[in-house]
Amino acid sequence: MTSKTVVKQSKSVMANVLNDGLNWVDERFPLTSNIKAHLTEYYAPKNFNFWYFFGSLSLLVLVLQIVTGIFLTMHYKPDAELAFGSVEYIMRDVPWGWLIRYMHSTGASMFFVVVYMHMFRGIIYGSYRNPRELIWLFGVGIFLCLMGEAFFGYLLPWGQMSYWGAQVIVNLFSAIPFIGPDVSEWLRGDYLVSDATLNRFFAFHVIALPFVLVGLVAAHIIALHEVGSNNPDGVEIKKTKDKVTGIPLDGIPFHPYYTVKDIVAVVVFLMVFSTIIFFAPEMGGYFLEANNFVPANPLVTPAHIAPVWYFTPYYSILRAVPPFPGIGLLGIPPSLFPGVAAMGLSVMVFALLPWLDKSPVKSIRYRGTLYKKWLAAFVVSFVVLGYLGTEPANIWGQFGALLGNADRATVVARVFTIVYFAFFMLMPWYTKKDKTLPVPERVTG
Amino acid sequence: MAENRNDKNQGSAHTDAERNLNTGVDLEKRNFLIATSAVGALGCAAVAVPFVKSMTPSERAKAAGAPVEVDISKIAPGAMMTVEWRGKPVWIINRTSEMTAELAKHDDQLTDPKCDVTSQQPSYCKNSDRSIKPGIAVIVGICTHLGCSPTAKMQPKGDMGDSWSGGFFCPCHGSKFDLAGRVFKGSPAPINLVVPPHKYLTESTLLIGVDAEGKA
Repeated sequence: MTSKTVVKQSKSVMANVLNDGLNWVDERFPLTSNIKAHLTEYYAPKNFNFWYFFGSLSLLVLVLQIVTGIFLTMHYKPDAELAFGSVEYIMRDVPWGWLIRYMHSTGASMFFVVVYMHMFRGIIYGSYRNPRELIWLFGVGIFLCLMGEAFFGYLLPWGQMSYWGAQVIVNLFSAIPFIGPDVSEWLRGDYLVSDATLNRFFAFHVIALPFVLVGLVAAHIIALHEVGSNNPDGVEIKKTKDKVTGIPLDGIPFHPYYTVKDIVAVVVFLMVFSTIIFFAPEMGGYFLEANNFVPANPLVTPAHIAPVWYFTPYYSILRAVPPFPGIGLLGIPPSLFPGVAAMGLSVMVFALLPWLDKSPVKSIRYRGTLYKKWLAAFVVSFVVLGYLGTEPANIWGQFGALLGNADRATVVARVFTIVYFAFFMLMPWYTKKDKTLPVPERVTG
Repeated sequence: MAENRNDKNQGSAHTDAERNLNTGVDLEKRNFLIATSAVGALGCAAVAVPFVKSMTPSERAKAAGAPVEVDISKIAPGAMMTVEWRGKPVWIINRTSEMTAELAKHDDQLTDPKCDVTSQQPSYCKNSDRSIKPGIAVIVGICTHLGCSPTAKMQPKGDMGDSWSGGFFCPCHGSKFDLAGRVFKGSPAPINLVVPPHKYLTESTLLIGVDAEGKA
C-alpha cells in the first residue's frame, strides 16, 4: 500500500464513522430532519432586504442577555442592604465584571432597538396579515415579556431611579378600579417597594420571565416555519412552486444563503454594540440614568423621574391623559385610571393589527399615499412622545392664560396621543379607502 | 365490558349502556373523565392559593408596618415634623389659627373640598380641616399622582405666586395641595393626600397607624 491510499482509506473510514454516528442519532432523535426543516430545506423568499436582519439579531441579543445574565448572578446579591454594593463590586472588583455588566445593560437597550426595527418591518410589509396572525401574536407576547424583563431588571441595581421607577410603575396598578390597591400590595409584598419586592423581582427577572420568553420565541419561530416567511413584496412564494420538486420558485434555503447574510449583519451589529459598551455605556443618561448611581432612599424622591428611553412613548401617554374627575353625586371617586388604561392600551393595541388592517395588499410597496401618510404620522407621534417622556412636563414652558396656562409639552403630547391611537382605530377605514397598486404574481427581486 | 353492557341492556329499555352501544360513545367513561377533571382543576386551584398568598406582605413586613407613637408637644406653631410609618413619610403639622382660617377660603379651587372620597381619610377626619383636632394635621406625604413625596411650602406667597396660601408642592409633576392635604384643581394628582388612621393616646401623644376603632 502506498501512503496515498492509506490517507484515502482513513478518510473514508472517518466518513463512515461520522455517517454511522449520525444514523445512530437519527434513529433515536430527529436531528437531520430538523436541520433540514428549519435550516437547509427551509425555503425563504429570495428578496429579503435590510429590514430582515433584525429577527436573527433579536435572537443574538437574547442569547447575549442570557449568558451575561448568568455570569452577573454569580456576583449579584438580591438584598436591599447589599444589592447596590454588589453591583459596584461587579463594576470595580470582579475581573471583567464591568464588561459583563455593560454588555447586559447595553444589551437591554439594544434589545429594544432591534425589536422595534423588527416590529416596524412587520408593519410596513404586512407580515402580521393572514396567515401569520399567530406569529404576530406570539411576537406581541415576546414584546410584553421583554418589557417585563426590562422593568424587573431595572430595580435590581437598587439605585434611586430603580426604586422610584418601580414605585411609580407598581402604583399604576393601584389605579385599577376596586382591586387595584390590593394588586399593587400583592406585587410589592409590602406596603412600599422594599427588600421583599427586590427579592421577587429578581426571581421574575432571572427565572420566570426568561422561561416564558424562550418558550414564546420557540413558538414564534415554529409558527413562522409552518407558514413560511413574508417578504418585502408581500407575495406568497408558496403559490408558485416547481412542479417537480415542490420547492417555491422564489425560495432559497435559509442555510447557507441567509445564515451567511445574517453573519454580515451580526458583524456590523457587534461593531455598534462594542462601540457603545466601550465608549458610551451610559449613553448620556439614556441607557443608564445618573440618579441610579445613588443608592435607593425611600424617603427622598429625585426631582425628575423618567423611565429608560424604550418606555418613554407609553410613559408620555400616561402623563398626557388627564385623570377622571369623579362623579360626586354617584360617589364615584376621581381616578388616575384613564391614563393607566391608555398606557396599557397603547402597548396592547399592536395585537389587534392583523384584524384592523383591511387593505387588499400587504406590503407598503403596493399601498397608496393615504396609508403612507398615516404611517408617517404614527412614526412621528412615537418619536415625539418618546422624546417628551424623557423630559419634565414643563420643558417647553406654558401657554398663555387664554389656554389655561397649560404646559405646552403636555398639550403636544395629548395631540400626538390622539394621532397614535387614531393610526390603529381608523385603520379599518383608511386601509379600505386607500388606492392600492396591483401586486405582482412573483417577488420582484 | 361488552358482556356487562348487554346485561344492563336486558334490564331496562333506555340505559346508559344502550345509548353507548348506539352512538359508540362510552357515556359512563365520559362522565367519569369530566368528574375527575373537575376535581383535578379544583385541586390545582387550591394548590395555587398558597403560592398567591406567599406573595402578600409577610409577618415581618406586617410587624414593620406596626403603629408609630409620636410625641407632638415639641412642634412649634406653624411648623411640621416628619415620621416614618410603613416606610412612608407622615407629616404632622401644627397649624396656627390663621392657617386653619385660610383653609375655608379656597373651596372653589379644590377638586374635593368636602373630602367626599372616603378612601382618602378615616370618617372622623371628614371635616373642613381633615383632622381630629383642628390645629394638628396628620397626612401621608406621598403624592396621590405617582407616589413622589411633595415639598413643604408652608408660607403664603413667595415662589409659589401671590395667590398661594401655604401648602405642599410635588416636584415630580407639579401637583399642589393645601395645608389639609387637599389637592388644587389642575394638578395631575386626582385626589387629596391620605390621612392615615390615628388617635390621641394623651393630649400630646399621637399613635399613627391605628385608630379608636382599632383599625390599622
